[in-house]
Amino acid sequence: MDFFSQWVAFQTIVTKEIRRFTRIWVQTLLPPAITIALYFVIFGNLIGSRIGTMNGFDYIDYIVPGLIMMSVITNSYSNVVSSFFSTKFQRSVEELMVSPVPNYVIIGGFVTGGVCRGLAVGGIVTILALGFADLKLTNIFVTLSVVLLTAAMFSLAGFINAVYAKSFDDISIVPTFVLTPLTYLGGVFYSISLLPDFWYNVSLINPIVYMVNGFRYGILGVSDVSLWVTYGMLTLFIVSLYTWAWYLLSRGIGLRQ
Amino acid sequence: MSSALKISGLKKTYGNTFEALKGIDFGVQPGDFMALLGPNGAGKSTTIGIISSLVNKSGGKVEVFGKDMDTQPYECKLDIGIVPQEFNFNQFEKVGNILKTQAGYFGIKPGLAEERAEKYLKLLGLWEKRDEMSRMLSGGMKRRLMIARALVHEPRLLILDEPTAGVDIELRRSMWDFLREINEQGTTIILTTHYLEEAEQLCRTIAIIDQGEIIENTDMKSLLKQLDKETFVLDVQGDLEKVKSIQGYRINLVDEHCIEVEVSKGQTLNQLFSDLSELNIEIISLRNKANRLEELFVSLVENKGAA
Repeated sequence: MDFFSQWVAFQTIVTKEIRRFTRIWVQTLLPPAITIALYFVIFGNLIGSRIGTMNGFDYIDYIVPGLIMMSVITNSYSNVVSSFFSTKFQRSVEELMVSPVPNYVIIGGFVTGGVCRGLAVGGIVTILALGFADLKLTNIFVTLSVVLLTAAMFSLAGFINAVYAKSFDDISIVPTFVLTPLTYLGGVFYSISLLPDFWYNVSLINPIVYMVNGFRYGILGVSDVSLWVTYGMLTLFIVSLYTWAWYLLSRGIGLRQ
Repeated sequence: MSSALKISGLKKTYGNTFEALKGIDFGVQPGDFMALLGPNGAGKSTTIGIISSLVNKSGGKVEVFGKDMDTQPYECKLDIGIVPQEFNFNQFEKVGNILKTQAGYFGIKPGLAEERAEKYLKLLGLWEKRDEMSRMLSGGMKRRLMIARALVHEPRLLILDEPTAGVDIELRRSMWDFLREINEQGTTIILTTHYLEEAEQLCRTIAIIDQGEIIENTDMKSLLKQLDKETFVLDVQGDLEKVKSIQGYRINLVDEHCIEVEVSKGQTLNQLFSDLSELNIEIISLRNKANRLEELFVSLVENKGAA
């Protein structure tokens, strides 16, 4: 398959993915917007006004980057895990497997679809946030690169989850028992520098801490961790997860008998 | 000219225990229309699964138009169209989009994909349904949709795994006409089916697989010549007690108006007709008890089972 044909195949997968999540926007785009709006109202306005400042910022301003990142992480992951598992469940994944699309194009297409949904939801949440917080953009390059890389990373993770999943239960286990706790403990609502040493050090093994703080640096200009460590972690995870996903597809694990 | 498909020593073992394919060999010439037959669980779908990259083989080689599936998988896939046994399209997608998406997977540009989708949806009588969700189609329409999808990249080799299962006779016959037409235009076709009449009507060559082994692989005419006897059912009028006196034929009285006659190779029906006529027994109608291929198929599989 030449480069141009691969490009057409990639566009086809991405278009199909975008068509899927926009067609069911009531399930994919609306709920995160409502949930995050509630966070803004409750944690930002009602409780936040009593908390005061965090790292020199109003509490609502401090948590907005984390909440945006939380919605990006959750949605990029759940888009790919549910979409790819659904193709397995309906066996329409066979359409891809009998076609000459290289594995890296399949992964790239689904990941791009996940990134698109992550960014779409992130964009909606950002627009909503403008109604509650005083948002400034300190470093546009850091903001965009961190959000893109994070969405790609969690899309890859969702892809791997979908490949292994045998039932709809299997695609909800990781988001419920791994992703949500890591996100809530990933410094979305607080600065990890407030934690006692032990818990501060425990937090540093949570990869989401780096992503939330990287994004927060892009918007507010403050971070609990080094930006270079953030990029290092993101690169490491993306390369590892991509290699894992590629291996699974090449061996047909969970897909071929 | 290289074979459209060449299978050599193909093996598949499931879970280190069940040997579904025991090293089968067969070939299909370009332009051929071949039937791959066998009882349930014989290994037909496993063979097709391996050719279509849906099943990992345990050993052996698959070549498509001279290209090795192991070393040139992408080139091989471009030449193959698959119509699987089970519905395997997105039930929540529109009919037209299913074809355009499949074309896109084969690197066909959107404009051409649109044209091809229109062409094959029209050919298979689904054009009016292009904007409907695929799950809303009837069973027969879903089967036709899978054929249209398999053809959208215009493969040189089309493999159909029981395409007419559960399809009414009228639709089945229109599918036969369609398949004959695309075969005449040069597409090589491999068909698995449980309707042996279908295989006899359509196919020029045949491979019979049983318990993971090829037990027959020849052209249809040669195979049918192997048939050493045929059983005919005759609806008759007259005193059937007299038919017992007819020599040379094995005759079974079914009821007072029906007999079954076994005619061996070399015997003719003329003699039977004149014997019945002499006994004042009138023949109302005559038909084969079973399809000729079906009789051969049963005897081959039974012989294999007894061996």
